[in-house]
Amino acid sequence: MPEVLPETMRRRAEIISALKQICPGESVIDTQSEMRAYESDGLTAYKQLPLVVVLPETTAQVSAILKYCHDNEVRVVPRGGGTSLSGGALPLEDGVLLAMGKFNRILEVDYDNRCVTAQPGVTNLGITNAVEHNGFYYAPDPSSQIACTIGGNVAENSGGVHCLKYGLTTNNILGIELVLISGEVLRIGGKHLDAAGYDLLGLMTGSEGLLGVVTEVTVRILQKPESARALLVGFPSSEDAGKCVADVISAGIIPGGMEMMDKPAIHAAEEFVHAGYPLDVEALLIVELDGPEAEVDHLIERVSTIAMDNNSQSIRVSQSEEERLSFWAGRKAAFPAVGRISPDYYCMDGTIPRNQLPSVLAGMSKLSVKYGLRVANVFHAGDGNLHPLILYDANAPGELEKAEDFGSDILRLCVKAGGVLTGEHGVGVEKRDLMPEMFSETDLDQQQRVKCAFDDKGLLNPGKVFPQLHRCAELGRMHIHGGQVPFPDIPRF
Amino acid sequence: MSEAFRPENAEQLREAVAWAVGAKSPVEVRGAGTKSSIGRIMQTDKSIALSALKGVTLYEPDELVLSARAGTLLTDIEKELAEHRQQMAFEPPDLSALLGSDHAGTMGGMIAANLAGPRRIKAGASRDHFLGFSAVTGRGEIIKSGGRVMKNVTGYDLPKVFAGSWGTLGIMSDITIKVLPAAETQTSLAFLGLDPAQATSAMSRAMQSSCDVSGAAHLPPPIAALSGVAAISGAGVSVTVLRLEGIKPSVEFRAGKLKDSLQDFGQALGLDDEASRALWAEIRDVRYLSDNRERVVWRLSVPPMEGAKVLGAISELQDVRGFLDWAGGLIWVDMPASEHGNAQLVRGAFAGTTGHATLIRAPHALRAALPVFEPQTAGLATITARLKDAFDPFGILNPGRIYA
Ligand SMILES: Cc1cc2nc3c(=O)[nH]c(=O)nc-3n(C[C@H](O)[C@H](O)[C@H](O)COP(=O)(O)OP(=O)(O)OC[C@H]3O[C@@H](n4cnc5c(N)ncnc54)[C@H](O)[C@@H]3O)c2cc1C
Repeated sequence: MPEVLPETMRRRAEIISALKQICPGESVIDTQSEMRAYESDGLTAYKQLPLVVVLPETTAQVSAILKYCHDNEVRVVPRGGGTSLSGGALPLEDGVLLAMGKFNRILEVDYDNRCVTAQPGVTNLGITNAVEHNGFYYAPDPSSQIACTIGGNVAENSGGVHCLKYGLTTNNILGIELVLISGEVLRIGGKHLDAAGYDLLGLMTGSEGLLGVVTEVTVRILQKPESARALLVGFPSSEDAGKCVADVISAGIIPGGMEMMDKPAIHAAEEFVHAGYPLDVEALLIVELDGPEAEVDHLIERVSTIAMDNNSQSIRVSQSEEERLSFWAGRKAAFPAVGRISPDYYCMDGTIPRNQLPSVLAGMSKLSVKYGLRVANVFHAGDGNLHPLILYDANAPGELEKAEDFGSDILRLCVKAGGVLTGEHGVGVEKRDLMPEMFSETDLDQQQRVKCAFDDKGLLNPGKVFPQLHRCAELGRMHIHGGQVPFPDIPRF
Repeated sequence: MSEAFRPENAEQLREAVAWAVGAKSPVEVRGAGTKSSIGRIMQTDKSIALSALKGVTLYEPDELVLSARAGTLLTDIEKELAEHRQQMAFEPPDLSALLGSDHAGTMGGMIAANLAGPRRIKAGASRDHFLGFSAVTGRGEIIKSGGRVMKNVTGYDLPKVFAGSWGTLGIMSDITIKVLPAAETQTSLAFLGLDPAQATSAMSRAMQSSCDVSGAAHLPPPIAALSGVAAISGAGVSVTVLRLEGIKPSVEFRAGKLKDSLQDFGQALGLDDEASRALWAEIRDVRYLSDNRERVVWRLSVPPMEGAKVLGAISELQDVRGFLDWAGGLIWVDMPASEHGNAQLVRGAFAGTTGHATLIRAPHALRAALPVFEPQTAGLATITARLKDAFDPFGILNPGRIYA
């Protein structure tokens, strides 16, 4: 993490009292015991108490806090539900933790324009809950949807099991209100589509709290599909399962969800929720088709045929809503299920071209032997997003480090296969040092220049995403040899 | 025309930009130049054309991914996709008739203009399908961002920033997009004689249903009369159309259901696959406003329910023609050229709600005099300028094309 600023530490009392001026009452938390609740996020291996926690309630307060911090060179870490799996909301010892929990109201439901405007602290599920009675829902559905906030979803560009068909956060939002570190409040977008000028909404989505603090979000809502049914298909190998996925897509079918689990994940899930998963298969595929009944029935037939053509060992088709949900129950509980068979687990999030799955899984098995740690895999098979869960015991000396090294090697494997370090969980602190695996120094410098355009002093969530933060003045500098570059000898007309 | 560099590979592209940086010589960035009439007037005496950077470099239909060099023609890409019954789901329009250019343009131009057709409401715009790119920035450096996989949050989403950046941040050399299966069949339901307000309600109700409507447009009588689809031009009244796509049993079922739920808007006329395709291509390509290119064309994006009101307000002017797409959210209008382009009235028409208006076609003098793109608040203008500066500190790439 960036070196602690001694000046900030020295002025802690003064900073706290300034924050109390801005947010009176109990909105400033500065005792160790109360700050404990904020010391970590979903990446629990990392812990750090913040300088102080502040819980603003209004945009004006957020603006005043950020302006104060900007003027006084104090670092700030925004936090939503604290479910980040990459340490995005990990506090800094010398940073104000800006917790958005009090921004918890739905501001407007507009069925005619099919959108909802919410404060960023509203949970992902809270949005669906607000419109469900009219048959609507908010499509991106991360497994953490009970706890994660829409503000956090914007910051991470979160996905879910339905994003192959319905898109990620970035495809489902229309507008935001944003406060820059200078305290300036900007409105981007609204209820209309696409940007005038640069797509700042797209840039903000997935920016991991490094560019600004989101204080309002307008999301699109959709009418729920009329019906949904799922197939549960077992395969003798992950190759067969992978081939089946490719064939489904080649046939022009985009399922609402298409998830794969490997043997260790199947067994862990089955032991935990008794979903009726077959235990004698190497790979299990859940394929969900949604839409009008006539369409769903037709596609179920076609997918069944494709599965059989790919050596499926067992096929079950859900005959009722309960049965469909039971198919999902195991997948949805996969993380906690793995948590039961191991003292600790570490969740990775690489994305690969789908056809690379067999070779990446094989590589992973080799690594598993090398590190002496087990791994279970759940896979958003439709879009190639892989979640290997590395099983380890944090109390065994050296195992956490081993698990982390194993994880890094898996991500390197993903990048080598044409994939990326993270599909939906973000870089955060966790994958920060792996960024050079994917990007050149020039690439990273350019991304940091984007940060500089928003945050000239590098005060917002430093230590995340970039392995090394350069000073903006340094990045802006350019060595050119005025007029001395020879006229290029390339085709002209 | 100005002297043009025509690099044949990414390295030559870098050299060309590096020279321009060194010489502080602003350049126009051109794909095939089919949209060079959109945007503010630029002061450049050199250009960099991407027309030699051509070809699909990767296409894996069952991975839903396609990469091409920036100068690849859209028609070539669409042909290759069609062979595998796939498509760019965002339906990039071919604006050549509207703008008087030769063809639909290039991959790079499509992204740089963030094109989107009628399926925007359901499937998104170019931005939503743009996975990754390589480009040369205004610093003369080659950068890449994104990748070739469907889901990727590694680093800032620069593809979003480059989509719709009109060549002002960097010159893309290689582009990767997500492609999707084309629907097996389609049909459209046409409701006749609705006024824009009724049409907006009908479209809104359709979009709120579970019928998965993939296009919703309203053509007032003078526009409908220009259609090449007989059932539409022959109606003699306004036409409000809703498109359904998918597999046959599903399309038929949804059509029936939609008809039922919109009964109070009158008896719907059904269009078969062929007529439906023809009609939506006209709407997508804005062909109705292509007959007289002396006229000024504006494109507005507003909240869907505001479309009718905004179109109404603009129609207070003499001799305005226009129609609604995106269930009311997209407004296309044309009008006779005038000294001020009626910018105040057009942009005033959506005051009080959110949105933006872009001057898509106008005489040179008007483009020089008017903000072509929606003027920004001071705060957004500052960030915009800083972002431009981050990529192009000397302002050599398409200087002033979007904002002064
Ligand atoms: C069990 C479990 C399952 C999960 N499943 C999924 C999944 O299926 N798909 C998926 O994509 N993710 C998943 N996640 C990851 C996580 O839930 C998401 O990244 C989520 O979007 C984080 O939201 P949050 O509100 O908890 O944000 P936090 O964890 O509090 O913060 C995340 C990042 O957002 C920033 N941030 C938060 N609020 C704001 C704001 N208002 N303005 C600016 N920046 C802000 C923070 O600084 C931080 O960088 C899962 C996590 C867990 C624990």
